Amino acid sequence: MTDAPEETPRAEETPPVSTDETGSPAPVKSAGHPTSVPEAGEHHPQPVESPDEPEFLRSDAVEDDQADDSDFSWLDSDLPPDEDEDAPRSSAVARDRPLPEVSDDAGFRLREEARREDQSVAAAPKLPWLQRLREALGRSSSNLTGSITSIFTKRRLDDDVLQDFEDVLIQADLGVETAMRITDRLSEGRYGKEISGSEVKRVLAEEIEKTLDPVAQPLELDLDKVPHVILVVGVNGTGKTTTIGKLAAKLTRAGISVTLAAGDTFRAAAVEQLKIWGERTNSEVVARQIGADAAGLAFDAYDVAVKNKSDVLIIDTAGRLQNKAELMAELEKIIRVLQKRDPDSPHTVLQTLDATTGQNAMNQVDIFRNVAGVNGLVMTKLDGTARGGILVAIGSKHKLPVYFVGVGEGIDDLEPFKAKDFANAIAGIEAERQGAAAS
Amino acid sequence: MFDSLQDRLGSILNGLTGRGALSEKDVSAALREVRRALLEADVALEVVREFTERVRAKAVGAEVLKSIKPGQMVVKIVHDELIETLGSEGVSIDLNAPAPVTLMMVGLQGSGKTTTTGKIAKRLKDKQRKKVLMASLDTRRPAAQEQLKVLGEQTQVDTLPIIAGQGPVEIAVRAEQAARLGGYDVVILDTAGRTHIDEPLMVEMANIKVRTKPHEILLVADSLTGQDAVNLARSFDERVGVTGIVLTRVDGDGRGGAALSMRAVTGKPIKLIGVGEKMDALEDFHPSRIADRILGMGDIVSLVEKAAENIDAEKAAAMAKKMQAGKFDLNDLADQIRQMQTMGGMGGMMGLMPGMGKMKDQMASAGLDDKMLKRQLAIIGSMTPKERSQPDILKHSRKKRIAAGSGTNSAEINKLLKMHRQMADLMKTMGKKGKGGMMKQMMGGLAGKMGMGGLGGGMPGGMGGMPDLSKMDPKQIEAMAKAMQQGGGAPGMPNMPPGIGGPGGLPGLPGSGGGVPGLPGLPGKKK
Ligand SMILES: Nc1nc2c(ncn2[C@@H]2O[C@H](COP(=O)(O)OP(=O)(O)OP(=O)(O)O)[C@@H](O)[C@H]2O)c(=O)[nH]1
Ligand SMILES: [Mg+2]
Repeated sequence: MTDAPEETPRAEETPPVSTDETGSPAPVKSAGHPTSVPEAGEHHPQPVESPDEPEFLRSDAVEDDQADDSDFSWLDSDLPPDEDEDAPRSSAVARDRPLPEVSDDAGFRLREEARREDQSVAAAPKLPWLQRLREALGRSSSNLTGSITSIFTKRRLDDDVLQDFEDVLIQADLGVETAMRITDRLSEGRYGKEISGSEVKRVLAEEIEKTLDPVAQPLELDLDKVPHVILVVGVNGTGKTTTIGKLAAKLTRAGISVTLAAGDTFRAAAVEQLKIWGERTNSEVVARQIGADAAGLAFDAYDVAVKNKSDVLIIDTAGRLQNKAELMAELEKIIRVLQKRDPDSPHTVLQTLDATTGQNAMNQVDIFRNVAGVNGLVMTKLDGTARGGILVAIGSKHKLPVYFVGVGEGIDDLEPFKAKDFANAIAGIEAERQGAAAS
Repeated sequence: MFDSLQDRLGSILNGLTGRGALSEKDVSAALREVRRALLEADVALEVVREFTERVRAKAVGAEVLKSIKPGQMVVKIVHDELIETLGSEGVSIDLNAPAPVTLMMVGLQGSGKTTTTGKIAKRLKDKQRKKVLMASLDTRRPAAQEQLKVLGEQTQVDTLPIIAGQGPVEIAVRAEQAARLGGYDVVILDTAGRTHIDEPLMVEMANIKVRTKPHEILLVADSLTGQDAVNLARSFDERVGVTGIVLTRVDGDGRGGAALSMRAVTGKPIKLIGVGEKMDALEDFHPSRIADRILGMGDIVSLVEKAAENIDAEKAAAMAKKMQAGKFDLNDLADQIRQMQTMGGMGGMMGLMPGMGKMKDQMASAGLDDKMLKRQLAIIGSMTPKERSQPDILKHSRKKRIAAGSGTNSAEINKLLKMHRQMADLMKTMGKKGKGGMMKQMMGGLAGKMGMGGLGGGMPGGMGGMPDLSKMDPKQIEAMAKAMQQGGGAPGMPNMPPGIGGPGGLPGLPGSGGGVPGLPGLPGKKK
């Protein structure tokens, strides 16, 4: 069957890109070399090319311009600014209000706070989410706990026991490699000795925690210049839109204003879905009709966020499998276009991973990171029986921060990711304590 | 990342050639690798255990045919057993009941129920001329009902009008009535996604079943699911008794072990597979294709499809013209690198090719990774358009600027330029020779240049030659990786597209404008 005409076009079918990638009425540019946006401040954009070669600006306009413009025009223009210099062409504006106070358990923090926090002593509050997370994870690890306990009541640590132990980890989706690594760690210095169930659990939890602790970080928002742009990407159905809704709720409640961009211009009713989250969180949703160019929409949304003086712009994107080249290229384009507005954006590229996904989640991160520059993760659907153990392998390979976990479909079902809780729950430590408390 | 099972068994069992039958000991050694391969493919552990026991029973004492190696023999037994477990093909949706026949879709959140509902409806309408009504019972996820309505409009299938405030059971009953009154042949109930341990929602699902007595209850599950596949399949099946399974996202690059897990624990047939986001991307299930994937045999079919999908016909045609004119500039090189990158980089491509597992590791350890692709692109990206189309003008000062702009150094730039020169020369030669067999020549030529004699022999003949790679001895592979790194002074990776290139190089290659047919010598699937 050929393409049904009634279907919404997707990247590979979208009409040829105009010279203006954004698809919106944009400032006039010389071919292949966008000039600065009008509101440049005292920092005038410094072209990368040396000024004694002016001909390059136009040399290419006749032959080859198509290929060139669509592929690399963004690269020939200004490179991202050197480290600490102000972004030359940034449209980001200075925040003109005092920064809100964010509680320690929010799962995100402001850059400002991060600086302050270095001196202050971190409080260890007892929080409702912790309980919820434990419940969610505890439930999912009951199986695991059972196996470990039964295997290890007063037994000598031999190959059979180690094999059983490895199996238990494999069932939590840690993957063969990681399971073997942890099993080896367990056997070190203990092989042939008597070992108790609780000691095994402790070793397991420690190992997992060791890997995940460095990646358990709060999402850091730099609100000195707003909007802070968060682009949310991931495979279809992994929870992007829902996570955006939950995150917007978290932020707006903390007094941080949010604009949402309905960048999924492909899936049926994706816009309506996000709009409902916009209503729930009192956030403006920038949307266009289905089939519109997602990059153009992102560009517009940026301007709306600036106009709204929003602190944060969260951009939803259509779900895509990481092995679809054209769709991945579309993400690159969104990023490229955003960078015309603020070279530092998107500040956060958040990828959602579904806890039920097996070993392919690693591939997902490999490729999304490579193409879209993912710099933070959220693991969703931990409220099921899947344990999301692949996160251990991903954490040790990519060292990408894991900001949140999704533990349900409700607006409050987004919890900060805590390595210790995650590790203990996989090892069955919390579940056991809970069980003991219950009986 | 994943070695094919054959590679692995090869190294364990190759010493055994010439013996008559597989011994208990040989089989045990082999089964350890089988176990691992299955686990890496996400087959659930309990299913792996049963499966390997069945294989053991069949393999011990099995005669090894003269012409094949014991490793291959085991792979064959495993493969056959996999296909048998996965079940026969062509079990279609059963509509053999008084109209309106009710189909109910169930599954976890985000597994693809709504999209699949639309696809099945379209299929029944187009292929079986059925009058279909769809109804969304998902009152929980925002805009879920709206989503099905839009899909109905796209596929020209009726949807039950949305009435705000109604619960799932009410909607289901209303759908039944509407279907009966409206003279529909089929009514499809799209239920909300639910976690199988969410008791109230599982009860709700059971109630819907009781009230509507569906003729088919299809479990829609993501083919990328991990170990949890057994839990979810079992729970849904116990609760409502599913009649079949639909696997989604089979167009992804997962190994698909969940298919085996779910089939094994429920015994229910896999009826259909979803292979894309479009409404016609629904196919019948073929056990052998999934079996090959699970075993890491490299699904040649999907590799070819992937390559075809990534070929931008216009670009390919433009490239062909340039090559004929003997012009291959840095823009073209960048195109090649980008194609490669977006196809999943080195890792993505290699993972799909049989026997490439080892090579991938070799290359990674030689530093031939995706980062290099990125750096190469950064270098080209930091050039002016003129520099890209006329690399000859790149003198010292320009290189310095480019190095600064791309965060690299002039040595790296020189490497890139040298490689480009070699490729351009080659293209020129081929441009003169005309189109026929160009790819073959190019591959052969580049392979020769890079000292990849062995590969050159395997690849240009088309991908059918590739399984030979799995028989290459590791030393050869190592030598090849080295050669690629230094090969004629050319830095490794970017040689890859055209060189190893089947995959990376395909996009944009002349003659490939039409997609697959343009791949010279490609014999399709070869075993
Ligand atoms: N149980 C549970 N369900 C979740 C969670 N997060 C999202 N979901 C559900 O998963 C399904 C898919 O979520 P979406 O947010 O629509 O996913 P998406 O990635 O935006 O999907 P596409 O845009 O279609 O690619 C919905 O039914 C959500 O309600 C979670 O943490 N737990
Ligand atoms: Mg979405």
